[in-house]
Amino acid sequence: MTIQSLHMQPSTRKLIKHLLLRTAFWLLILAIMLFSVFPFYYAILTSFKSSAQLFSIDYLITSLNFSNYQTVLSQTSFVKSLWNSLLVSTLTVAISLLFGLTAAYALGRVEFRGRGTVLLIVLAVSMFPQVAVLSGLFEVIRALNLYNNPLGLVFSYTIFTLPFTVWVLTTFMRQLPKELEEAAIVDGASPVVTLFKVFMPLLWPAMVTTGLLAFIAAWNEFLFALTFTLTDDQRTVPVAIALISGGSAYELPWGIIMAASVIVTVPLVVLVLIFQRRIVSGLTAGAVKG
Amino acid sequence: MSNTITQSLAEPVLRPRATRLRLVRQRTRTAWFFLLPMLVVLAAVAGWPLLRTIWFSFTDANLGNLTDYSFIGIENYLLYEDGMWYGVLADRLWWRAVWNTLFFTVVSVSAETFLGIIVALTLNAKFRGRALVRAAILIPWAIPTIVSARMWGWMLHDQFGILNDIFMTLGFISEPLAWTADPSLSMWAVIMVDVWKTTPFMTLLTLAALQMLPSDCYEAAKVDGIHPVRVFFKVTLPLIAPALMVAVIFRVLDALRVFDLIFVLTSNSSDTMSMSVYARQQLVEFQDVGYGSAASTLLFLVIALCTIAYLYLGRKRMGGY
Repeated sequence: MTIQSLHMQPSTRKLIKHLLLRTAFWLLILAIMLFSVFPFYYAILTSFKSSAQLFSIDYLITSLNFSNYQTVLSQTSFVKSLWNSLLVSTLTVAISLLFGLTAAYALGRVEFRGRGTVLLIVLAVSMFPQVAVLSGLFEVIRALNLYNNPLGLVFSYTIFTLPFTVWVLTTFMRQLPKELEEAAIVDGASPVVTLFKVFMPLLWPAMVTTGLLAFIAAWNEFLFALTFTLTDDQRTVPVAIALISGGSAYELPWGIIMAASVIVTVPLVVLVLIFQRRIVSGLTAGAVKG
Repeated sequence: MSNTITQSLAEPVLRPRATRLRLVRQRTRTAWFFLLPMLVVLAAVAGWPLLRTIWFSFTDANLGNLTDYSFIGIENYLLYEDGMWYGVLADRLWWRAVWNTLFFTVVSVSAETFLGIIVALTLNAKFRGRALVRAAILIPWAIPTIVSARMWGWMLHDQFGILNDIFMTLGFISEPLAWTADPSLSMWAVIMVDVWKTTPFMTLLTLAALQMLPSDCYEAAKVDGIHPVRVFFKVTLPLIAPALMVAVIFRVLDALRVFDLIFVLTSNSSDTMSMSVYARQQLVEFQDVGYGSAASTLLFLVIALCTIAYLYLGRKRMGGY
């Protein structure tokens, strides 16, 4: 090979090098694809297996057995937890967007003393370790009578969704042209009208992005959901999935766990794939621009 | 009133000083009014609970009854009694958790950054099906941490796990490994899952930075016949370094507070216990709010130091803010 290649024309050597590089490149792409998709594919594969088939290892989907899905969806507590998750995430998004929008108006459009400090506080809160507020928040939630109540979770989730929403919406709000606001003021619009009638329609794309990210964050949250709820019918899905157990630690019902996991994940994956571009722009606006 | 505003905007030069001052003051008042809801929520959900947690760390409060407790000074942190040291700072398990958290953070964030850059460079090239690959790498990011912990828990199963099967078929290992139970492997299992889950985040941020790079210096490098690897280290890396730095700090802060992945994948095993898992165990399972709050406060201090470092670095970049 080496001797041959020495005698080759330079152009042939170049061609071989080119071909090798291309092959390596496509192998890399293949590796990235497998690495990203395989675990979820394997979860889907497992969820379609009967409990007897579970213990033979397959790489391809060989059977379509829906019994795991039937078992999961016939558990009222799981269905209830799906509903709780949906409720908690939606309400969290609504509150974060509303308060985030008003705050972003102030932070993005008005020059005032203390603005930098407020922005720093918002950023600092988004870095909070959730455990650091756990005991204090537990007391607050007890005092508000929201323990073991999905609304208590909505309240606690704003700790991570609100700072993020404010931060990203402020970034977008600053990019809007000044003339718009001046025109609104000339027309005699109050700040509230300016915000909701002039800016909000322009900010829809940014709101969809931040809303989605907040939804995903709330849907996936685990520590607060585990700590602030007690009974099965008040839990959210991550807690429900984490607490599925079998007769002993060594006999977990893996088929059922995977079916529940797929049910919880498919809506998210679909959302992410549809809104791919928006999510990427939101993530980079939150991190790179911030 | 709207009349004055109209005038002042239409004829800025003629605007009297007093009117302008009043307008500025009014706008400032509106701004604070608009900020109020957010500030109240953040105070109720973050500020006040944090202060209470710090306060609880100096008391012997119990989760069963949060109203009846007494101040005990720093006994939760450190106490010397009958020739023995007590408190979080004297607990070997706490230091184990600190070590685990730091080890986890350093190893997983380094691996994610390394892989993230490689994947981002790959996706930055133009090829058929790029959109498909870019969509595919988002999947691990979209999957809830709990679900990925469960999924990998099954793939890493010691008897029926597919990973043991793959590795045995390929000849890397001769007998199945107990990934999540073996003390020498469980931390690596946790790191593996975390790298899988968060590499997309690193990739996306790196990719965004790469796509903002000016193309002219690459053309210049190409004309001069400089090797691509050299171009990467001399041109690309320094240019994306600031964005990469922000992404790394984001991930570091996130990794330092890791909880759910470890809790679900290896439960309360001391081999993988992180600071958050330790604090929650004391607080909720052992009901010892005082002691657990002391651990939480220490974790908060660690992260606060990192945040200050980040803000210091970020300030330089933010400029306009």
